[in-house]
Amino acid sequence: MRLSMPLKGARKDYYKKKLLGSNDRRGWIMSFVVYLLLITIAFIYLYPVLYMFSRSLMGKNDLLDASAKWIPSSVTLSNYNSAIATMDYWNSLWKNLAIALVSTLCQVFVCSLAGYAFARYNFPGKMIWMGVLILSFLLPAQTIAVPNFLLFNSFKLVDGTLKPFIITSILGQGFKSCLCILIFYNFHRQVPQSLIEAAEIDGAGHIKAYFQIAIPLSAAAIIVVTLFSFVWYWNEVDLVRTYLGSTNDRNTGLTTLMLELNKFEDSYNAVYATHAQSTTSTNRLNDAIKMAGTMLSIAPMMLMYFFLQKQFVESVDKAGITGE
Amino acid sequence: MATKKNPLAKNRITKRRLREWGYGYLFLLPWIVGVCIFFVYSMATSLNYSVHKIVFDQGVQTQPLEFWYKNYVDVFTLETDLPTTLGSFTISLVLQLPIIIAFSLIIAMLLNGNIRCRSVFRMIFFLPVIIATGPVMNMLTAQGVATVPMMSDGSLTQLLGNLPTFISEPITELFNSLILILWNSGIQILIFLSGLQKVSSTMYEAAKIDGANGWESFWKITLPILKPIILLNSVYTVVALATGGNNEIIELIYSATYLTPWTKGYSYGMAFSWIYTAIIGVVLLVVFLLLKEKSDKHVVYEQKRIKLH
Repeated sequence: MRLSMPLKGARKDYYKKKLLGSNDRRGWIMSFVVYLLLITIAFIYLYPVLYMFSRSLMGKNDLLDASAKWIPSSVTLSNYNSAIATMDYWNSLWKNLAIALVSTLCQVFVCSLAGYAFARYNFPGKMIWMGVLILSFLLPAQTIAVPNFLLFNSFKLVDGTLKPFIITSILGQGFKSCLCILIFYNFHRQVPQSLIEAAEIDGAGHIKAYFQIAIPLSAAAIIVVTLFSFVWYWNEVDLVRTYLGSTNDRNTGLTTLMLELNKFEDSYNAVYATHAQSTTSTNRLNDAIKMAGTMLSIAPMMLMYFFLQKQFVESVDKAGITGE
Repeated sequence: MATKKNPLAKNRITKRRLREWGYGYLFLLPWIVGVCIFFVYSMATSLNYSVHKIVFDQGVQTQPLEFWYKNYVDVFTLETDLPTTLGSFTISLVLQLPIIIAFSLIIAMLLNGNIRCRSVFRMIFFLPVIIATGPVMNMLTAQGVATVPMMSDGSLTQLLGNLPTFISEPITELFNSLILILWNSGIQILIFLSGLQKVSSTMYEAAKIDGANGWESFWKITLPILKPIILLNSVYTVVALATGGNNEIIELIYSATYLTPWTKGYSYGMAFSWIYTAIIGVVLLVVFLLLKEKSDKHVVYEQKRIKLH
């Protein structure tokens, strides 16, 4: 949308107006500032990732060589091999995918139901439940972590399986569930009630109206919540550690890549213990291997983001995750 | 009396109302069951345990303490690091909160503006949401990547050397963690962005016709409209910083609860976390009071408008 250029005398004014927030054309100086800012910040965001990537490809000599700060003199994949062995990567990856996918699917469904109920229906005690919802968002998870853990223990749920993940997420108590419910609540509130009432007049029951009208209408919110909770589950450490139990290990029970990354140093020493004693200098854990491990544990997220970024960005626009 | 208390009794179609209540609770049922078991019950248990001594003897047994708030007193006497940790946490919170809010607002406005390669920039700028996580950030901080390159060559340190230490120290600290701060503002950018998209362009056009420049319309239009969102974002930021995985106090609670079970243990850890909850509550209250609309007319009006629709 472009307005016609103003008169010459007003040009100075014209540039000033474009400083912030306007959708019209911008002056050259402003454009320069804007793009400089954008590129600088983009660089700040990319810098650690690029650093991680270039480091992970370096051999031992490059690590010590100060001149090879960015570009490795010889690209080696041996770091990745070591990291894969250390984290038992493929095994951990599948287990992690199982945890994140199953929890996310349960969480999205239940949170959608709850958000819809809050947005669509009026019932006695609604405000109290809303208050509980907000409170559960604000209260640090650590406060109730131990009772929850004891609760799980008394039902013999913490055995390194998916059980605690499914039970919490199917009951709307998964990781950051309150945020998901609030997103759905906000979204369903914006959907015109008349659409759903029209369906009800046409003979659809409440449940049918939800499944056939409300769910298709809230596709944008569903995408956002699915992506977010998948990412959150992927990145969570403390909660996963609690649910899997302290004695759990990756050979017998489930694990996640973030857990493996957290104990990377110990695992590395365990995997390469025999070598480390005989040839201490060649097999010592170095930064490149750590960076390779970090790269590997965020790689699935990056891949997903790369392919779904359009849906991600667009549905964030549509879903309106703000609460007014 | 009953009719007076219940305004719905006036309503003719009570049967329909009842059905609506029923379906409301039906849809909410899984969450209500969950919240009662894993939140309300756990919160009550946690409070109960924090004023008792826990003994593991055929399940969990609670024993009375010498006086009910003993665990709470113990936290203050045993946690010798607490005042300094709490102090540094508060200082970093006070420094980081405005920066995160300002940065994410600026970035959101840049992304919302008319720019080329918007999708590329957006993809990069949402990167933190995807990968800013505890272990990854720990790895990066350990590598020293999470600082501004200018710090390492000492040019900035020299510049700041002329200032008195009490000013230069927080600034140095700030520059050191600038990247981390930016990395922590992914969600906030998203929230601002979707807030900005709700501001209709007609308002800016009207302001422009009235002779306002971009600067003025930012302060008079964008900011007032975004004010509730700024509050929301601040609350989110405080909660995220206070409960995030890299928080030192959380580490203290964790180690007290799990790593020193004989000296401190579960009930101590729970008392500790309740104290921490109270502190966060106070911080949130301060944030809320500071950012609350001076006159709530706008919000109330908006809410009324939304309800009417």
